[in-house]
Amino acid sequence: MFDGPEPIYLQIAQMIRAQVLAGELGEEEQVMSTTQFATTFRINPATAAKAFAELVDEGLLYKRRGLGMFVAPGAREKLLGEHRRRYFDEVLDPALAQADILGIPTADVVAYVLGRSGSVAGPADERPAPAGPVRDHLTHPDPKGP
Amino acid sequence: MPPPLPPLPPFAAQVDDVVVRFGRRRDIDVAAGTTHVSDSSTALDGATLAIRPGVITGILGRNGAGKTTLLSLLAGFTRPTSGSVRVGPTGQMEEPWENPWVTSGTLLVRESGDVVDDEKVSWALKYYAAMRPGWDADLAERLLDRFEVDTRKKPTALSRGKRSAVGATIGLASRALLTIFDEVYLGMDAPTRYAFYDELLADYAEHPRTILLSSHLVEEVERLFEDVVVIDRGRVLIAETADEMRSRGVSLTGPAAAVERLAAGREVLHRQQLGGTVQVTLAGALPDDVVAAAQAAGVAVGAVPLQDLFVRLTDHAAPARPGAPESETVPRGALR
Repeated sequence: MFDGPEPIYLQIAQMIRAQVLAGELGEEEQVMSTTQFATTFRINPATAAKAFAELVDEGLLYKRRGLGMFVAPGAREKLLGEHRRRYFDEVLDPALAQADILGIPTADVVAYVLGRSGSVAGPADERPAPAGPVRDHLTHPDPKGP
Repeated sequence: MPPPLPPLPPFAAQVDDVVVRFGRRRDIDVAAGTTHVSDSSTALDGATLAIRPGVITGILGRNGAGKTTLLSLLAGFTRPTSGSVRVGPTGQMEEPWENPWVTSGTLLVRESGDVVDDEKVSWALKYYAAMRPGWDADLAERLLDRFEVDTRKKPTALSRGKRSAVGATIGLASRALLTIFDEVYLGMDAPTRYAFYDELLADYAEHPRTILLSSHLVEEVERLFEDVVVIDRGRVLIAETADEMRSRGVSLTGPAAAVERLAAGREVLHRQQLGGTVQVTLAGALPDDVVAAAQAAGVAVGAVPLQDLFVRLTDHAAPARPGAPESETVPRGALR
């Protein structure tokens, strides 16, 4: 756990973001305390506290005095929005650049995308696999979750 | 019994240019009218560092580097030959030597428990209960139960690991404002060590205080630390946050050509090759664009465990980098 190159607190923050995005951590739901984090993952409590501070700054978590940390209302929407914005830069652009290198004509790519858009299986990465019909968020960036 | 002390904030510590020499002998040559100093061994040779209050700091160093001497100084067990040592709440630090006010808030647990051994363990617990204002008897009982220590026995009748467990229990249950564990894990088996780490974290989270932990098992304990001090040959090589120390190195793993291209012009600390795959450890952090380039080239960018950095920093057999004076504090981002 937490073996990436970034500081551990950033990796913890990323894990919580992923849980919120996937709907595993619902809005207004309580997040594990720094003590629970520390003993579960055997890390310094300050490391977990630093991750929380980062997420509070981003507006994804908020503190209820004497109770602990909770997922902020609208946190998932916020993350979905950010990830959708980044999807084109980080996922589609490199894919199209690769298509260019391989000499795949743009028309083929477009035809492939259009051929898929009716199918149930949408682009798998980036999607938290919401229940119900999957919308193609390229053409319908509907921010409402299931 | 002293009157109960008002609650104090966790202790900080400041060590300035401290030298500790042991076994020094001053011979007087009467005929020549001179004195001659001989047979001394230098344990600390100009050590300077600050310990932040309320933080768990790891004290790392090879055998004989001066760790135990440093920790003994902070606990008031040893006096510096020269230089200054101060311990106490921020702004109220005092010299710990023969200072009841400082030492009553400081607890040093030395290797293998450090408990009076001609009385039963239960007697030692009563002694600490009377001496330590923050003593938590319930916690002590629970820990000894978890460590499976028979308190009716004398420490001499216990195994080394169980004696260490008694020391760990006293260290945690005392809730001293400065708690120092000097290689307390010695003899403990792996499940007991992990139980100790878990209890330490849980109790620290509930009762924040200053904790110093020296260990050779860097891999096991590195994530417990917020700050790290590396002592090498009597000097302080590194004193910074654990995250800062981790950022002193980064590893690249992937196809040889791609890895070598990315590593070109950077200081390579370590290189390992398995067939066409190469792993290099580089000094310093990589800029974001290099990380992106690495990922695009199929090269994995990884963290370097503190253990590896520690080994490279204190490996005296490794060729010294030209221009880097020995035993100097290493600037951030630079490794020998």
